[in-house]
Amino acid sequence: MANSTKKYHTHISSRHNMLDLNLKEVWEYRDLIVLFTKRSFSLLYKQTILGPAWVFLNPLISSLVYAFVFGGIAGIATEGVPTLLFYLCSNAIWIFFSTCVTQNATAFTANAAVFGKVYFPRLTIPISNMISSVIQFFVQMLLVFAILVYYVIRGQVAPHWELWITIPLLLLHLGVLGLGVGIIISSLTTKYRDLAILVTFGVQLWMYVTPIVYPLSEIGSGLMKTVLLFNPVTAPTELIRYVILGQGAVMPGYMLLSAIETVAVMMIGVMIFNKVEKTFMDTV
Amino acid sequence: MEHNLQNREVAVKLTGVKKMYKLGQIGGGTLHGDLESWWARIRGKEDPNTVIGTSQRLVGRTFMALNGIDLTIYQGEAVGIIGGNGAGKSTMLKLLSRVTAPTEGEIDIYGRIASMLEVGTGFHGELTGRENVYMNGAILGMTKAEIDAKMEDIIEFSEVRDFIDTPVKRYSSGMYVKLAFSVAAHLDSEIMIMDEVLAVGDMAFQKKCLTKMKDAAKKEGRTVLYVSHNMNTIRQLCDRCIVLSKGKVVYEGDVESSIAVYMDSEANDQVKMDFSDAVRPDWLYCQKVLLKKASFVDKESNIFGIREPVPIQLEWENLVDVKELCLRVEAISLEGNPVGTYTVYDFYQGKQGESGRAVVTLDTSALTEATYRLRFTFFIKDVMGNNLNIDWAEGLCFSKTSFDEEEKLVWDAVSWGYIHLPDPDVKVI
Repeated sequence: MANSTKKYHTHISSRHNMLDLNLKEVWEYRDLIVLFTKRSFSLLYKQTILGPAWVFLNPLISSLVYAFVFGGIAGIATEGVPTLLFYLCSNAIWIFFSTCVTQNATAFTANAAVFGKVYFPRLTIPISNMISSVIQFFVQMLLVFAILVYYVIRGQVAPHWELWITIPLLLLHLGVLGLGVGIIISSLTTKYRDLAILVTFGVQLWMYVTPIVYPLSEIGSGLMKTVLLFNPVTAPTELIRYVILGQGAVMPGYMLLSAIETVAVMMIGVMIFNKVEKTFMDTV
Repeated sequence: MEHNLQNREVAVKLTGVKKMYKLGQIGGGTLHGDLESWWARIRGKEDPNTVIGTSQRLVGRTFMALNGIDLTIYQGEAVGIIGGNGAGKSTMLKLLSRVTAPTEGEIDIYGRIASMLEVGTGFHGELTGRENVYMNGAILGMTKAEIDAKMEDIIEFSEVRDFIDTPVKRYSSGMYVKLAFSVAAHLDSEIMIMDEVLAVGDMAFQKKCLTKMKDAAKKEGRTVLYVSHNMNTIRQLCDRCIVLSKGKVVYEGDVESSIAVYMDSEANDQVKMDFSDAVRPDWLYCQKVLLKKASFVDKESNIFGIREPVPIQLEWENLVDVKELCLRVEAISLEGNPVGTYTVYDFYQGKQGESGRAVVTLDTSALTEATYRLRFTFFIKDVMGNNLNIDWAEGLCFSKTSFDEEEKLVWDAVSWGYIHLPDPDVKVI
């Protein structure tokens, strides 16, 4: 007993460190992260007829809609990449990023009942949300891959296979960005609920200023292009498409800018998160 | 065991802990105000949202739930925390279980904490019992390997083996609670915190839980912090008590003297009480009369002799037309347990807006020497013949003493109860 009590000393004080995430403690709760991740999948499609098939059907249907509306009706060119493949790939990227944002945006309010009764590192929730987004992305990539292989055989696309190892890195980049934005919003929504409503519109708007339903090359120049280039999601999206589909803009400068923006967002996120997590139960 | 406290190792130490809450609405249009204050602070200007000359924010009044707590709890102790409503008990447990942080002060905890402020935290209806055990265990800080090792014990203790692979949404509430409690009880923690979670499950299970807690403290050397309004469970489980009142520790010591201190603080010696502005409970959804005053008739103190009748004058206002008004007067021991109830049926009718008055004289000869709190409940019979409570207030206290020397022995109310039944008829044969 004496040993174990020395091992577990907790000091609680009214003061707290702004940038300390206490990752060691998060690591001790890694089983919880796994369970949260598992739960988010097992609950997603309970009491549905098609069950896990929805993981494929969801992006497939929305990609078909995009292909029909933007590729068919609006006639936006997709840099020579087959329309459906282009939208499937872009959609997978966007779904990954946007779920990181929206799921984490409600991390505090949605789990208030649990947070109010028991302590565990609050960061486990955003992290498990991010992991489930990653898994979902890779599942969708299976679909993309199947169609990709078909087009590669027909010689219509030429992916940069040698760069595929960078995909996890690019995902981490987008994931951290989404996590940062998400936890900033979730920290603020504990006090100002209006933000949660704005997020839905905000994310939609964000999609349209990101080259998702169109390639960057379709945008000429001017204000729109500037907005797009400063959007931290643009450069990684284009790069992922360059790697997977063989078509996309490689912009090292803007990639660096995006990385700086991501780090800044994450730091701000961590600071606000640290301030809010201690006492959010009193304001939620 | 209680000697040598100084030589034992500290489990929990609180130093100058304060917790402030804001009263009133939080948020809702204060974003503008918050930004304004923040901008003013940055520029070094005076905050436009403060009271002039102070740094006190105007938004909402504040309230100190804990106001400077200094406390040391040693390893292996079973400590009960008692106090009236709003004394700060739950706030203290919340701080210790790290659900929220203190406004001021320091807390040191030596060991892992299993907090049971609620059972079944994180239980999800769609998941099976087994899945929920993993989920709940992990939330409480166990690793998967630890849960695997204890799974059998948990299922055994919970008494729901047959349903362990059924989604918990199909469980009865008793099964749900049993499973949840048994997860918490099997945590490998050095410190256990409980907030009246034992008030659930059937009697046999409650007893099992208490025994488990007792073993945790006495045999396994764990530290137990227990909050309850039920003095009997406090007596069974704890070996030391802390009495809180208005956010401060007012007494620390052995169980019986702490309960006495708490009971004294619950009592009052008023002979007249005004309930006009007293807050009514939430469940009182159709209030038809308003009890305004209750007072002892022609008395200057609230102390009554053992055979002395207790006459109480009540004054109320009819909020609507009432007829066939009935009244219940419940006598409650200061430990919070109802001792007995007087009923008066169909004694009054009146029109809306009129005031009613009555003197109710209680025969208290069966009650033993102690202080009792009275609770007045007005009710009527509804069309279905059920009792419908139409007003509720409590607070008036009276003490009984045996200054007329009629009591032949010192009554031990803790063991014998508060009712002295009439002497039986005895024939020696």
